[in-house]
Amino acid sequence: MIPEIGHFALIIAFCLSLILATVPAWGAWRGNSVAMALAPSLAVGMLVFVAISFACLATAFLQDDFSVQLVASHSNSLLPPIYKFSAVWGNHEGSLLLWALILAFWTAAVAVLSPQLPLLVLSRVLSVMGAIAIGFMAFSLFTSNPFARLLPGAPADGGDLNPLLQDPGLIIHPPLLYMGYVGFSVAFAFAIAALLGGRLDASWARWSRPWTNIAWGFLSLGIMLGSWWAYYELGWGGWWFWDPVENASFMPWLAGTALIHSLAATEKRGLFKSWTVLLAIFAFSLSLLGTFLVRSGVLTSVHAFATDPARGMFILVFLAVVVGGSLTLYAFRAPAVSSRVGFDWVSRESLLLCNNVVFLVATLTVLFGTLFPLIVDAMGLGKVSVGPPYFNAVFVPLMALLVPVMGMGPVSRWKRDNVSRWRQQLLIPTAVAVLCGITLPLLHAPYNIWVALAVLLSSWLLLGLLQDFWQRLRNASSTASGVKRLTPSYWGMVIAHLGFAACVIGIVATSQYSVEHDLKMEPGDSRELAGYEFRFIEVAQVRGPNFVADEARFEVTRNGEWVANLNPQKRRYLASGSIMTEAAIDAGLFRDLYVAMGEPVGTDGAWAMRLHYKPMVRWMWLGAILMAVGAFAAAADKRYRRQRVATKASSEAVLHGA
Amino acid sequence: MGPRFKLFLPLFLFALLAIVLFRGLFLDPSEMPSALIDRPLPSFSLPALGGDRQLSREDVTGEVALLNVWATWCVSCRVEHPYLKQLADKGIPIYGLNYKDSDSAAQRWLDELGDPYRLNIADREGTLGVDLGVYGAPETYLLDANGVVRYRHVGVVDAQVWETVLEPLYRELKTGQVAP
Repeated sequence: MIPEIGHFALIIAFCLSLILATVPAWGAWRGNSVAMALAPSLAVGMLVFVAISFACLATAFLQDDFSVQLVASHSNSLLPPIYKFSAVWGNHEGSLLLWALILAFWTAAVAVLSPQLPLLVLSRVLSVMGAIAIGFMAFSLFTSNPFARLLPGAPADGGDLNPLLQDPGLIIHPPLLYMGYVGFSVAFAFAIAALLGGRLDASWARWSRPWTNIAWGFLSLGIMLGSWWAYYELGWGGWWFWDPVENASFMPWLAGTALIHSLAATEKRGLFKSWTVLLAIFAFSLSLLGTFLVRSGVLTSVHAFATDPARGMFILVFLAVVVGGSLTLYAFRAPAVSSRVGFDWVSRESLLLCNNVVFLVATLTVLFGTLFPLIVDAMGLGKVSVGPPYFNAVFVPLMALLVPVMGMGPVSRWKRDNVSRWRQQLLIPTAVAVLCGITLPLLHAPYNIWVALAVLLSSWLLLGLLQDFWQRLRNASSTASGVKRLTPSYWGMVIAHLGFAACVIGIVATSQYSVEHDLKMEPGDSRELAGYEFRFIEVAQVRGPNFVADEARFEVTRNGEWVANLNPQKRRYLASGSIMTEAAIDAGLFRDLYVAMGEPVGTDGAWAMRLHYKPMVRWMWLGAILMAVGAFAAAADKRYRRQRVATKASSEAVLHGA
Repeated sequence: MGPRFKLFLPLFLFALLAIVLFRGLFLDPSEMPSALIDRPLPSFSLPALGGDRQLSREDVTGEVALLNVWATWCVSCRVEHPYLKQLADKGIPIYGLNYKDSDSAAQRWLDELGDPYRLNIADREGTLGVDLGVYGAPETYLLDANGVVRYRHVGVVDAQVWETVLEPLYRELKTGQVAP
């Protein structure tokens, strides 16, 4: 019964999205304020019914209702309850419902949190989001019904959740990632509404900014969790593979980064208007493209869902309608003449322009690399695969170009700056950064030129921020009042840029300094790695809730002192019989020690073991967390709310005047 | 070129992309090269078919060779089998990976149809197959003298595949061979 209620609720939500996409949009066109005023309630109603639907599916999973096909093939009665719950989105149908739920959530959030938006704009924005919701709910209902029953002949037990997904990181990774992906739909909807209304002014940029920041923050967290999960779950110590699906999440992030910076220029200076609108369309289109790549089966990937050409066709048509439609609208409605506002080459605007160029090139590079195998195949030229060498070769120089500009950004001024002021401002930071770049890598022999470069760039970034910070405090009457005057959006920028610096250091240090050994070890053996002594004590049999495992016991010491006990496992999941490697990690701020089991070798109890020493790998994820915190902080800036109050007051004045 | 024209550029590029994606729906990406290309064959310890020996990576590496994934349940393998014997007669080293199969059935197959393999690894559970990323039998991997996977062919190896694809690579590896 419950699955039927869920199915029915989804149908109702679908009908509501149909009304939401049409009636308020019609109202906005004809100036019918009754039709427009329906939009917020419809948005909230849509959320309520999708949530009911989702809750029903979750209930079916938690109650082991194996008569539901999805539950039967993706869950198992032995599965711990938390994984039964996360199994809801550990498959194509359920994750699509999660997409719809999050989209409904964002739509309702816009409806509830923007009473100050002019009704005309709000109804257009919500209509656009309703139209996107139509697509996803139709996709779910017509091609991927999560509530399909297996009747008669429901199995006694389910086929189990893919063991790779039975992991704490994977419980929250998809929801965070989808919050990011789908969150870009808000910026997209604002951009479309602005194009429809023909008013591309600073106000739409100001309205979109907090939403874009929040979505970008979630996306950063989602990508970071995915990378962290790959690191400890896949068992070979890699944290980024340039896999098509990773790229699918990385491309909207890159485009989103460009969008955030371009929105700043549009809001503050009224510049780059058409460009910013295009980026908003681009960021969300890349989210949709990612969905297409993951679910259509056009590319192979460890992440790809079981695929079906009908689904691929559906989402391609949807993609064509949404992206093609919005780009057509853009072509006809975007202002063709560049803004009259000018700026000097030496100014913050030109630095933001550099940021945009770098991130756009980066996005297109990843897009091209991801699609290249497909393009070659489509032209009948054979099969190729594009690997990390291509991506690294393009990415490293791009980032090396970006950071110097990033360091200058905060100290620069809008509109017109002068070179001699920059020289004076950045003299000390440059000198100190060069010093750091030369000396800090000396702490780790042998001297590594890439790490030196990374330290140089990151400390330049850090010192540029410090210089600016100091400057701001110095101009204030007292330190306390100076700190008070700094806005959350300033803090957000500082934190996010620091996060980026931490990421750069983490990535370069871990790629350059990591040591790994693949070797055969017998119980009792000891191996030395980067100054740590790994002693293999024994192999034990352990039993988990739904698996049995061989567990190796390691003791790690350094100069005779105990450091950690590491117990990697080789698990065999009972329901599916699949074998999984569970690495054991001793995490630290400056280094990770990592042991993963390979295969048993010979008959005398020896195993192939992978020992890794990974310096500073945590900095990368810490950096991503800082970036997200920065984005959230910036979105919390009072400025956005204050502006709202002001617009509310003025719109009320207009109403009263009328 | 009017100023409005450049605003159509994104739409135009997207249209091109959509065509590629549309074509992509009708292609099979699973025919992709293995992720292990240019990476060493994973280490393993598995029993030899028809013997008590334990085989490891060292037993099948050391010279340029083919590693053929086969099984008695695989119909295409039966098609492929005679050609593998011809290759073996020409002196091409071929190692077998008997994939998710029963030893007795596999032994009977070799007794009846002949044995082109130098050695056969009995991968009853398919663990090595998982490490290799096997999609299904038959598959053939070309290993160089250092045991690095150089090429992967999914599907039947026949005269055409051998002559146009595998043999040139095999010759190249053979001549460029350095002692391990």
